[in-house]
Amino acid sequence: MRYSIFSVLREALRGQSGWTPVWREPTPKPRYEIVIVGGGGHGLATAYYLAKEHGIRDVAVIERSWLGSGSVGRNTTIVRSNYMLDGNVPFYETSLKLWEVLEREINYNAMVSQRGVLNLWHDEGQRDACLRRGTAMRLHGVDATWLEREDVRRMAPFLDFEHARFPILGGLLQPRGGTVRHDAVAWGYARAADALGVDLIQECEVTAIRRDGDRVTGVETTRGAIECGKLGLCAAGDSSRLAAMAGLRLPVETHVLQAYVTEGLKPFLDQVITFGGGHFYFSQSDKGGIVFGGAIDGYNSYARRGGLPMLTEVMREAASLCPPLSRARVLRSWGGAMDMSMDGSPIISKTPLPNLYLNAGWCIGGFKATPASGFAFAHTIARDEPHAINAPYRLDRFRDGATIDESGSGASPWLQ
Amino acid sequence: MRLTCPHCGERPHDEFAYRGDATLRRPDPAAPADPEAEHSFVYLRDNPVAGHREHWLHAFGCRTLLVVTRDPATHAIRSIELAAP
Ligand SMILES: Cc1cc2nc3c(=O)[nH]c(=O)nc-3n(C[C@H](O)[C@H](O)[C@H](O)COP(=O)(O)OP(=O)(O)OC[C@H]3O[C@@H](n4cnc5c(N)ncnc54)[C@H](O)[C@@H]3O)c2cc1C
Ligand SMILES: [Zn+2]
Repeated sequence: MRYSIFSVLREALRGQSGWTPVWREPTPKPRYEIVIVGGGGHGLATAYYLAKEHGIRDVAVIERSWLGSGSVGRNTTIVRSNYMLDGNVPFYETSLKLWEVLEREINYNAMVSQRGVLNLWHDEGQRDACLRRGTAMRLHGVDATWLEREDVRRMAPFLDFEHARFPILGGLLQPRGGTVRHDAVAWGYARAADALGVDLIQECEVTAIRRDGDRVTGVETTRGAIECGKLGLCAAGDSSRLAAMAGLRLPVETHVLQAYVTEGLKPFLDQVITFGGGHFYFSQSDKGGIVFGGAIDGYNSYARRGGLPMLTEVMREAASLCPPLSRARVLRSWGGAMDMSMDGSPIISKTPLPNLYLNAGWCIGGFKATPASGFAFAHTIARDEPHAINAPYRLDRFRDGATIDESGSGASPWLQ
Repeated sequence: MRLTCPHCGERPHDEFAYRGDATLRRPDPAAPADPEAEHSFVYLRDNPVAGHREHWLHAFGCRTLLVVTRDPATHAIRSIELAAP
């Protein structure tokens, strides 16, 4: 069913009785040309672009729980391309451009909101870093706007500009950055992939990967064995577990990242704002809740649930940057499992096994990458070679020293 | 999560600084260069769901380096030993 103003009006008059299920619930076939493990944003987008860009429709997405139960439904919905390094800027800018046309393309309202992402700076060192990053962005043709202190004050007068330790001195704004409704991204890609013939298999956990010598022949799942011609892994926080089933060790550690939301408040916060004095960022959802987050908890965790020390730290930073927030009541906090890579950049790559492909290492920022990741991974699987935008994200870059370390923290993922 | 330091007793984990996987062994610097072994030491991790051996430094306590064996899925602590007994 195509969604439009007419379908909404028609259903309003018919008592909403005519809506049909958004995707099928197929029983798994014994074999597919391509099997994708993981029904998060990246797995669903990959399946969609395989069918749409490469005409490959004999594809299954295998998800252990329900579609979107992983980090695609747990993130803080920020999209942006304000990176500095060569490998990253073109990739994330491709993603932002895909976000800009996604809703029309898949006929689904993902509430793409280019409200601007504002990074604050609080001292000369941060000023220089922002200036350098903004310049790198503009050299790549990405929008970046330099803000003086008074410009920031006009945009967000409620911040603590006179803070004794972290006074706000200016900002770097990416006007085209913003937020996208995360669940809708999973649902929209799922619906679009299903419409092109992709089988979405839910409640089906991959428990083993079958091999014949170097080649992968299929997967064993809680709903039986499924053979495949090619296998793509999009398991986010569980990447190491899946790779281990194929005998590979990854440059990845799994950590937990938390996020929080307050009660609904009247609209006051127009942008996504990030604090330079620590690790805190916030935005206001359409329901009025302040959605905010900080850093990972800092030790390996598959728990999808965070601890109190990081929660306390993020609350402190919130009240320090934006004192009125200390009066807001927090409704919920939650966590998601992050596959933290050893250089902070993702892996979209071929592997030592010729028909096994890996999409992993998304760290804390893979939601914004969803369209470009699916697009590039589909290309890598279908053509058996990377697209230009994901060529730098090969798995063996760690072996020959071509790492892409945006934060410069080295092979210590807990510090990222 | 609370960690029991052999010197200081049970303490909240934010007194400790995390130092990552404790099973990694630096290849012998005197041995002939082995890029595969270096790559594996610096970058590759087992990243297990259970029984992760990891270093924690009691930074705001006795400043001893500990080896904690913990289940990253549940945070159950299996053992805590001194890294250098
Ligand atoms: C609190 C939080 C805030 C974040 N904020 C942002 C943000 O603002 N901006 C941003 O860009 N990114 C953000 N991220 C990161 C982003 O959410 C992730 O990088 C991204 O969602 C990961 O890709 P995915 O959507 O494919 O993962 P997921 O949705 O986690 O998909 C992986 C899927 O694989 C499935 N799976 C795992 N193992 C198996 C198996 N054995 N068999 C079958 N299925 C399996 C899982 O059930 C899961 O559904 C945030 C993450 C968190 C947790
Ligand atoms: Zn101690």
